[in-house]
Parts: sequence; C-alpha cells; structure tokens
Amino acid sequence: MPIVIILLLVLVGFVFVVLVWIAGAYNGLVRLRNQLENAWAQIDVQLKRRHDLIPNLVETVKGYATHERGTLEAVIQARNMAVSAKTVGERAEAENVLTGALKSLFAVAEAYPDLKANQNFLALQEELTSTENKISFSRQFYNDTVMTFNTRIEVFPTNVIANMFHFTRHDFFEVKAPEEREAPKVSF
Amino acid sequence: MWEVIASNRRRSLLLIIGMAVVLVIIGYTGGELIFWGIAHHHQYRHRFGYTYQSYDQTDFNNSFYNGTGGMIGVGLALVILTGMMIAYFTNAESILMHGTCARELKRDDSPQLFNIVDEMRLASGLEFMPKIYLIDDPAPNAFAVGRKPETSAICVTTGLVYRLNRDELQGVIGHEIGHLKNRDVQFMTLAAVMLGTIVILSVIVRQYFWYGGRVRSRSSSRDGDGGAQIIILVVGLLFAILGPILAQLLYFACSRKREYLADASSAQFTRYPEGLASALEKIAAAHESLSFANEATAPMFIINPLTAATGEADSVFSSHPPTRDRIRVLRAMTGASFADYEAAYRRAKGGALIGSQTLKSASQQTIRAPSDEGPIQTRRDTHDVVRRYHGYMRLHCNCGLDISVPEGYEQDTIRCFRCGSVLTIPAAAPASPSPPKAAAIPPVIPGIAPPVLSSAGALQFHRTDCNSWESFRCACGRTIQLSPAFDAPHITCTACGRTIAVT
Repeated sequence: MPIVIILLLVLVGFVFVVLVWIAGAYNGLVRLRNQLENAWAQIDVQLKRRHDLIPNLVETVKGYATHERGTLEAVIQARNMAVSAKTVGERAEAENVLTGALKSLFAVAEAYPDLKANQNFLALQEELTSTENKISFSRQFYNDTVMTFNTRIEVFPTNVIANMFHFTRHDFFEVKAPEEREAPKVSF
Repeated sequence: MWEVIASNRRRSLLLIIGMAVVLVIIGYTGGELIFWGIAHHHQYRHRFGYTYQSYDQTDFNNSFYNGTGGMIGVGLALVILTGMMIAYFTNAESILMHGTCARELKRDDSPQLFNIVDEMRLASGLEFMPKIYLIDDPAPNAFAVGRKPETSAICVTTGLVYRLNRDELQGVIGHEIGHLKNRDVQFMTLAAVMLGTIVILSVIVRQYFWYGGRVRSRSSSRDGDGGAQIIILVVGLLFAILGPILAQLLYFACSRKREYLADASSAQFTRYPEGLASALEKIAAAHESLSFANEATAPMFIINPLTAATGEADSVFSSHPPTRDRIRVLRAMTGASFADYEAAYRRAKGGALIGSQTLKSASQQTIRAPSDEGPIQTRRDTHDVVRRYHGYMRLHCNCGLDISVPEGYEQDTIRCFRCGSVLTIPAAAPASPSPPKAAAIPPVIPGIAPPVLSSAGALQFHRTDCNSWESFRCACGRTIQLSPAFDAPHITCTACGRTIAVT
C-alpha cells in the first residue's frame, strides 16, 4: 500500500478521534451545567417549602406555649423577611436569621411536654428538620459540582471547548452565619 | 465526586473488555479444537473430504488456520452471552424482589424514612427518586436494585429501621444510593452474566477434552509435532480450566472494591462517616440471619447476609469486604470527601482504592456535627405499615395511646393499657331501617327480573376521620381497613361477601 494512503488513513483516524473527544468534552460540560442549575433550583424549592411550613408550626405552638409570644413573633417576622428578600445576598442573610429563630423556637418547645407529645408538632418538627437538612445537602451538592465545573472549564484541554461555547464560571453558594463572620474579639 | 464516577466508568469498561477478551479466547480456541476434533473423527472424515490415507500435516494446517471452528466457537459464545443478558436484564428486578414480600412505602406511611432517602437523593444528585420498599424481617439489612434509574428501588428491613438512629440510617441509605449513583447494580449484573457465560463455555470445552480425548491422541500421533497445534491446545485448555476461577476472582474483587467505593460515597454524601461506621457495627452485631437471601442476591446487600450472623471468612471469594475493615477505614477518616476516604484506606489497609490521578482535583471536606435525634416514635410508623398488612386494627384512646388490635380478637371491647378506660372495637353496625316509601319501590316491569330490595341485615359503618386510616370489624369477624383515599359508598367484605355501606 502506498505510503500516502497509509498516512491519509492515519490522519483521518486522528481527526476522528479528536472530534469524538470534543463531543465528549462538550457533552460533559453541558451535563455538569445542567446539574448545577438543577441543584440551584432544588435549593430554591427547599427554601420555599420551609416558608410554607412555618405558619402551620406557629399555629400549633401557639395553642400550647401561650407565654412564648416573643419567640413566635421573631419566627414570623424572620419568615416574612425571608419571603420578601430580593437579592441573593439578602436572601442568604434572611434565611440564616430564620434558621436561628427556628432553633430558638424548638429549644423553647422542649419545656412543654404536651406540645412535644402532639402528633402534629412532631410531624412538623420532622419536616422542618428534614427541610433544613435538604437545604444543606443541596447546597453541598451545588458547591461540589461548581468546583468540578470551574476546574474543568479552566484546565488546559477542556478550556478551549469551554471558551468556544461560552461556558462561564459559577459562584459558590457560601453562607456564613453572622457569628462566624465577625472577627473573634480578644479582650483581656 | 464526579472524578471518581468517571474513573469508575473507565475501569468498568476495561473490566468488561477484559472479560470479553477471555470469552472470545475460550470461544475461539475451544471452537477450533472441537471443530477440528469433530472434523477429523473417523466417522465424519468422509463428510469433510478427508480420507485416512490422505490425512497429513498440510491438511491439518489448512483446517486449523482457516479458523471456521474458531468462528463457530465465538459465535456460540456470543449467542450464550446474549441469551443470558436478555434473561437478566429483562427480569432482574422481579427475580430479585420476588421472594422477599417487600411492601412499597409511600410518603405518608413513613415520613422520616422518606425524608432520609430524599435528603440523600439531593446530596448525591440522583435524577430520580428511588422507590422505597420495606421488608418485614428482624435481621437488619438493606439493598438497592435498579436496572434503569427510573425503576431503581431501595429496600430496608424492619430490623434495620428499628435499631438505627437517624444518622446511622442515613449512612446506610447513603451507601445504597452510592451504589445507584455508581451504577453498581448494572455493572455487577453484567459482570455476573459474563462470568456465567465463561463458566458455561469452559464446561463445554472441558467436557469435550475429557470425553473426546481418544480422538485427539489418535489424530495427533499421526501427524507429528505441529508446534502451533500444541500451543493452541495448551492455551485453550488453560483458559478452559483457569478461566472460570480467574473470572470469579475478578468478579469478587470487583464486588469488594465497589462496596468500599459505596462506603466512600456515603461518607461524601452525608459528611458524617461515623454514622455509617456505627450502623455497620450494629448490623454486624445482630444475631438474626436474613430469611430470604441466597447466593445469587447476596452481593447486593450492605453486609453479606449469609455470613452476617456467624462471622465472616475473609477470603478472596467473598463478595463483601470484612466489616471490621470497613469500619476501621471509616473511623480513620479525618475529613468527609473521597480524598479523605482514600487517605484513610491507605493508612488502614495499605494499597490504593481510587487512584491518585483521579483524586488530584478532589477536594477535602469537613465532617459535620451529628444531627439531633428525632424521637424514635416517628419511625414506629413503619411498623404500622407492616401491621396494617397483617390485618391489625388501630384504636386511638383519649389518653394519647394507640393500640394495635390483631384480627381475630374475640371480644368487642378492649381496655387501654395506659389509662384503663374501655374502648369499643368499631364494628359495622346494622343500618337503621329507613322508613319504607311507597314511591321508592321501583315498578315491576314485565319480562325483567323483579327488583332486588336491600336485605334486612344491611350493614353500615360511619367514618369519623376521613384523613387517616380507619378500621372496623365486619359481622363475620374480619377486619376491614379504609384508607384516607377511600371514597366509595360501599365496601365488600372479602371473607363473607357482605356489602357494607360507608357513610
């Protein structure tokens, strides 16, 4: 077989392999990006679910813990603020405040054995705990995926494809609790 | 996480290719030798144009190297493989779930378990929510099945749900979801099918050598020393004998490695490896053995159910790694990611699991704090699901206690264990006779059967709570349970056939 034909075949084979690789890399990036968007949407879904569960919880607790008006109002206020928050930063802040308010509400409810035996309250407590967990799990998944995605669009072979098809870097969903944000105060 | 999944896929592909190569080799060499033996057997020689006198070295070379026998052998191997694949992949789930009497759980049946699975689904990024099945068995164990992501399912036993707290249960569910996410079920099924085909083929070849030996020795002594002939003979025989053993070793090594990877996935998803570690401890310490497991389904469980009760042999033929090793690795973790698991694995056992190339870009993750345990009351509802299927009736006393009354309880009243008040067991009451209205009796139309009037013994049951399950007793003694979704006006008792109006 003449050498030219062999070389031509090798070249065609090489081009084919490169094309297959490009397709694979592009598909991988697309899949990751869709996973990212899905994870972001999931976080939203769980946050909204938490907002919807709170009025029910407040009603249940009101019947038993009549002296805890302050805590209940804090929860309602935090919830309203979280629902009306607009930017991502505001939302993150408001959700944090709401988490804190719920924690103190559940702590207060420990002192009321009748309330703790109420089936409705227990079901709501389970639902709210689970929703908190789901928020943190979907956030965790989102951050893991963001890291992989960002790395992939920045390392050498794949960044060419990423630039060609306009894949952009995403941000991490980082929410620090207000206590953590303050620098530790040292006083003697 | 994604890097590990990708590396998993590459290795699985390599394994499948390796097994396929072994398969093809056995098929080819076996087919060649059998075909050659058949072709040169004195009975068939005339068919293939060979006569005793003309048989010599060149004829042998011709027949051997044209490869028809080999092709037939490979073809046969592929046919067997395809047949087994079809059998496995169309029936896998029903076969595996068949002997287990698993009940599907809906969200209302057990919200906490459902929530735990939902949380793991979010943490792992699984596209579909797996179904949850409950098996009524005191031995704690769990497994995952799933030919396609849409039909995937996770089964747990009541023994497991009863013993573990929330973090531990979440660790176990994380492990099972790790299996689903890594597509272990499909992979191990494929590997099992290939292993089965290799075994079948090697049995065929070995049987032929064993019983057809006379033919070989007579023919080979005639045509002297074909070097290639001997080599192919030896290679074929070696593969036929050792192939199944090697394939089994490979299969079980894969199974063990996948279990470690699922443990790592669980730690990564839950960010709390101690949960799974203490769950494994509790499961291994349980003394009951699972009643329905057998060798075929054993690799799917979280702990090998056949050896769980009696302690394990740490052999190369076990489908699961020894539990104490798994616990050791989990407890040696200083973080919660795959990279931390790999580091812990190297410290505790030596040798690599995932490979440093894959983990270059993986991150470190911190372990989270244990969660507050919800009261165990909220998971007793899974037992209610089981009791409901066994015909138990649930009565609610005003003091707050719920009492489960078995079917066949003879008396009409029961005393509450907590407060002592007497509760009546609801039964279908005779319907109050409605005042007969002359206009209500339908006219008799000649030629058509006379109208059937309701019998004097009509029964009715009045529902008090339409949002939960209610049960009552029919006049024959059978317990009838009405679900919250029941909205028909009548129900027929399955034991005696009476129709009871539900109001």
